[in-house]
Amino acid sequence: MTYPKDYKYTKEHEWIHANGNIATVGITDHAQEALGDIVFVELPKTGAQLQAGKSFGSVESVKAVSELYAPASGKVTEVNEGLNQSPENINKDAHSAWMVKMELANPTELNGLLSAEDYEKYVAEEK
Amino acid sequence: MSSTVESHILRKTALNGLHRRLGAKMVDFGGWDMPVEYPASGGLMKEHLAVRTGVGMFDVSHMGDILIRGPQALDAVQWISMNDASKLQEGQAHYSALLYPEGTFVDDVIVHKLGQNDYLLVINAGTREKDYGWVKKNVTRFRGHADDVGDYYTQIAIQGPKAEATLQKLTSVDLAPIKNYWFKHGTVCGLPNTLIARTGYTAEDGFEIYVPSDAPTSERVWNEVMEAGREFGIVPCGLGARNTLRLEGRMALYGHEISDTINVWEAGLDRFCKMEKGDFLGRAALEKAKAEGLKRTLVGLESVERGIPRDGYKVFDQAGTEIGYVTSGSYAPFLKKNIALAYVPPSQSTLDHEVFVEIRGQKVKCKVVPTPFYKRPKKT
Repeated sequence: MTYPKDYKYTKEHEWIHANGNIATVGITDHAQEALGDIVFVELPKTGAQLQAGKSFGSVESVKAVSELYAPASGKVTEVNEGLNQSPENINKDAHSAWMVKMELANPTELNGLLSAEDYEKYVAEEK
Repeated sequence: MSSTVESHILRKTALNGLHRRLGAKMVDFGGWDMPVEYPASGGLMKEHLAVRTGVGMFDVSHMGDILIRGPQALDAVQWISMNDASKLQEGQAHYSALLYPEGTFVDDVIVHKLGQNDYLLVINAGTREKDYGWVKKNVTRFRGHADDVGDYYTQIAIQGPKAEATLQKLTSVDLAPIKNYWFKHGTVCGLPNTLIARTGYTAEDGFEIYVPSDAPTSERVWNEVMEAGREFGIVPCGLGARNTLRLEGRMALYGHEISDTINVWEAGLDRFCKMEKGDFLGRAALEKAKAEGLKRTLVGLESVERGIPRDGYKVFDQAGTEIGYVTSGSYAPFLKKNIALAYVPPSQSTLDHEVFVEIRGQKVKCKVVPTPFYKRPKKT
């Protein structure tokens, strides 16, 4: 699995892809692989305020519950409701199965996150 | 995912190396290094469905085995376990439990009658040492002896509607006449006198075989079963699927539905407890408990609202009062529902009654449903 170079990554295994001050958020391929078959997601509502580093929902496999941590602060502008019906899409392609879109409060926050290369290194070391 | 200092050495089954080569995700289960799922062959969900619709294979060598032998073997078994072993015929097994004098659980067991004075108890992995010590202590007044033979066997479970067709290719023993919870001895994969039991922990048809526990023999048997089951889509299955399969079938797991603080009536295992058979450990306490009435009872729950009830989550009534807890809960891969077993007061246990399970701070509506959640179709 390749990690898109234009995404940023967190140590909690979320990715964020910014386009201007709108960003898309999901979990990484490594995260979906570690979780196994994903059967449930709990996502915030449109309009919710996310705070960088704080939980904004959860994702569950048959065996485990995992919190979702916001990679950046801002307001949720769109939620991928389709994941409620088909959470397995995260297993199929984690880097396109986005969870929320958000309006970044401070786009420079992303500078503190990991690049694709750094994230891959981090995952390799964590193992 | 952080690494921690090993506080104890994990025990390994003879198939440990094979699991690792298959790329299984391994976990510490009751002190044993065991596969939880095999992502390379599809993972937990696929494993669960394979057992419901085809066939799957499990390494269950971590289970313990105790032989009770001698002229008073039956008396000893009758004293230490709650089911009526005098009803067993040679070649028959039944579900039972070892109880403390308080009527609570040491462990649940499968008792096999191997011969006139010869019984095999199959016990849980995490309780092996405790069970053996307890059995040994409590059979001293009977003529005979108890031996821990758990390390002599690799125990492989072949489970699913295609289990019989799979195993039949590897043995001259005619499997079709073996009824549920009966067993035979015969040659399997060229190994003479192998115990073949029609038992399992999946709520599905299937067999458990006991072969010598050296790694080459164990791996050879595993690979031959794999080959025999190939046409039926056999997959190796881990403890993850084992847990969801047994949960759909409402089978108890020690430390969850049964423990040293839960009694037989609460766990709803009445039909395996034969009060009329004579005295046995725990009987007096159970008689007293029955007279006093149930304080809590095990029920099946199904989520009505979104959310997966999981082990240890609290249960509330409609007024918001805490009334119990979930013993086991999960997404059920075959039923495609979120289900749980929970202890609640009897007054809250009627079918369709609504209760609330607290899931990360939110009270999620669930209803009481009949169990087992899943019953396998009758053979046609």
